[in-house]
Amino acid sequence: MNILAEKYPQEIETILAKYPPEQKRSAVMPLLYLAQRENGYISRQAMAEIAEILDISTTEVGSIIGFYTLYYDEPGGKYRLQVCTDLPCALRGAEQFLEQLCENLGIQVGETTPDGIVTVEHVMCLAGCDKAPMFQVQSGDGLTYYENQTVKSAVELVERLRRREGGKDGR
Amino acid sequence: MEGSYLLLRHRDFPGIKDLDEYRRLGGFQAFRRAVTSMKPAEVTEVVKASGLRGRGGAGFPTGVKWSFIDNKAWPHYVVANADESEPGTFKDREIMEGNPFQFLEGVALAAYAIQANAAYIYLRGEFWHIAHQLDQRISELEESGLLGDRLSGTDYSLRIYTHLGAGAYICGEETAMLESLEGKLGQPRLRPPFPPSFGLYGKPTVVNNVETLTNVPLIVERGAEWYRGFGTEKSAGVKIFSLSGCVNKPGNYELPLGTTFRELIYEHGGGIVGGAAIKAIMPAGASSSLIVATEEALDTPMDYESVPNVGAALGSASVIVVDETVSIAWLVDKTIRFFKHESCGKCTPCREAHSG
Repeated sequence: MNILAEKYPQEIETILAKYPPEQKRSAVMPLLYLAQRENGYISRQAMAEIAEILDISTTEVGSIIGFYTLYYDEPGGKYRLQVCTDLPCALRGAEQFLEQLCENLGIQVGETTPDGIVTVEHVMCLAGCDKAPMFQVQSGDGLTYYENQTVKSAVELVERLRRREGGKDGR
Repeated sequence: MEGSYLLLRHRDFPGIKDLDEYRRLGGFQAFRRAVTSMKPAEVTEVVKASGLRGRGGAGFPTGVKWSFIDNKAWPHYVVANADESEPGTFKDREIMEGNPFQFLEGVALAAYAIQANAAYIYLRGEFWHIAHQLDQRISELEESGLLGDRLSGTDYSLRIYTHLGAGAYICGEETAMLESLEGKLGQPRLRPPFPPSFGLYGKPTVVNNVETLTNVPLIVERGAEWYRGFGTEKSAGVKIFSLSGCVNKPGNYELPLGTTFRELIYEHGGGIVGGAAIKAIMPAGASSSLIVATEEALDTPMDYESVPNVGAALGSASVIVVDETVSIAWLVDKTIRFFKHESCGKCTPCREAHSG
């Protein structure tokens, strides 16, 4: 059974319609985002399902996941808070920002908070160089930018995300 | 309707991101006129005569690129490069967020000029929210009859689609972008053949940067001579300079080509943070040469022909300013780490130079 195909028939149809019928391999990237929506990562099962939809091998799907940084093949925090520390941001204090944020959350860069809510990572340039320190928050629902941040505003955001998740799952 | 900007027009007209306001300001007249009363080659000729050059970094004359399209092989495609991943560059993002319809009209005009019936906008995966906004705006254009089948009662049809990348700097290189759009690893192809003869799905394709395309509607509407009134003789028009690093007012500045580094950094950018002395400039993002900020360098006009005189290139014009407190060893280390992370591993010099 192809769970992805059964769960999202409409979305898959819309995605495939973007590309010429004989070029449906082009749909591999949008389908990976679709598969990642649920749990924030792509399971072996989902890889095989995408391969089946596109008539390519599971290995080919896996190689795409490995090449691009926004796809994950293992679970992380519910939210991935990704701080840009590239040169222009670093010139505006992004490295110290990241260090202090992690200190505040009691984790190292790359780790997830014990409640499983937030993974903090450093990433490459996000095209927000004039508004550093800045980061993006990636979750199954998509991606949001947060710019001109302070450690205080970032910690408050993490608290909001915790409350949101607590409210959803805790009762 | 005149304002002080050609590209960042949302700063004059904040409502321009809505289709009604964009049309009230004359939007889509150029495209309609092109489709109903201009031959495709005439559109290419106007763009060629305007002197517009690629704003993504390479600076290749846009109209000349369009004229290279192979008319013996079909279909043709337009791919808009919205991958904007060079550290220091954040201009295409502002265009797509603030003035999206002018960009989309530029895509449409490029497509008409090469008679493509499909155009793809390849956005970096981090621009997820922009892609969703563009999808909605494309739907509005289809509902208004400005995109779709048999436009303005002619035989010409056009669809525009967004496609999200997923975090790979190399996909800003046009042939890597095409590979990625085909669902493969984003690794560059050997060139030639170039995309106008062998592009997306092996078909003739024009790949243009977002900023480049956003210039096109006004050029078609107001003419090549008007556009040549901005900038210098060999570098016509305006450019968006993304200014970042140790300056008081980082941000995007739309200025005529030929503006000096000094004017950008000290007049527009408000000078160096804390009044420190300037030490170096990276005029074109992380992949740029690092130039010492001598008086001569500061007085150099930022255009395609002058920046090479101080040992760099205009590129995408993302100017990173470095002051005296910054260690150059640290800066070089940081930059190399970026390229180590982003090397796609295909070509030996890059892969081996960044290994270990």
